[in-house]
Amino acid sequence: MKVGIVRFPGSNCEDDAFHAVVYQLGEEAVMLWHKDHDLQGSDVIILPGGFSYGDYLRAGAIARFSPIMSEVAAHAKNGGIVLGICNGFQIACEAGLLPGALLHNDVGYRSMPVTIRVEHANTAFTSAAKVGQCLTMPIAHGEGRFAASEDLLDELESNAQVLFRYVDASGETTVDANPNGAMRSIAGICNAARNVIGLMPHPERAVDPILGSDDGLVLFESLLVAAHA
Amino acid sequence: MTRFRVSVHIIPRRGLLDPQGKAVTDALHTLGFAGVGEVHVGRHLVIETGAKDASAAEASVRTMCERLLANPVTEDFEIAGVVKE
Repeated sequence: MKVGIVRFPGSNCEDDAFHAVVYQLGEEAVMLWHKDHDLQGSDVIILPGGFSYGDYLRAGAIARFSPIMSEVAAHAKNGGIVLGICNGFQIACEAGLLPGALLHNDVGYRSMPVTIRVEHANTAFTSAAKVGQCLTMPIAHGEGRFAASEDLLDELESNAQVLFRYVDASGETTVDANPNGAMRSIAGICNAARNVIGLMPHPERAVDPILGSDDGLVLFESLLVAAHA
Repeated sequence: MTRFRVSVHIIPRRGLLDPQGKAVTDALHTLGFAGVGEVHVGRHLVIETGAKDASAAEASVRTMCERLLANPVTEDFEIAGVVKE
């Protein structure tokens, strides 16, 4: 499996993603420059976290027009796996690769560990996890409040596109466990074709016990299951 | 081609939680402005652009809003003014 990690001006989690893929999974990864038009034969594309273009205008709004995004969109259209983490999730939503939008948190910038519950295991990024499994990993964002119309939210639920929700220690969604005011406690979703996945928490920062958690590893291991399927 | 200065307001869609607007509302109430209902915090952009006339300049900025400046999922925009430079 070859993973291409797109580096935008202002990305800051691309090395964490590289570390997770190369040193924890033992797979190949390449950095892709946002101005190039070449995915270098990558099977999986990661849009990493950070503050592309300083989050000017809206988080992800300008990065979506980076040259490489036309190749990323074509990759997604052909069924290729695209994973957007944090700012990458924002970029994917702005690019229309994922539905909905990510708005300013209800309480400002949050940097803290959260617990998310896996809602569906039938995607390339959740297949090694169990439905209902709770994973602890960090968040670090100011614009992560998932928002969509009630109709779209219902559609996401009925299509099993809500992949992760913020939960408390007992695995229940509560107001206090929701760090940003996301509608229906949504932390991550996929597109209707299930090959584009986005989430606000950072699994790539939770792949080794010395980081405080290795709960994110199971998500990256899911990519391997998909690659060798 | 004439130069125009087009102003546009971009505001959070009504009904969506606007944390900045809520914080400002609460502060205004604290200051005693009891008559204040809701406050919405958005963006004001001024775009200098060349166009053949004012309506073409406005149409161009509308397209800019639809494609980049406003998020169609969560924001509304209105052209606040078109001034010939």
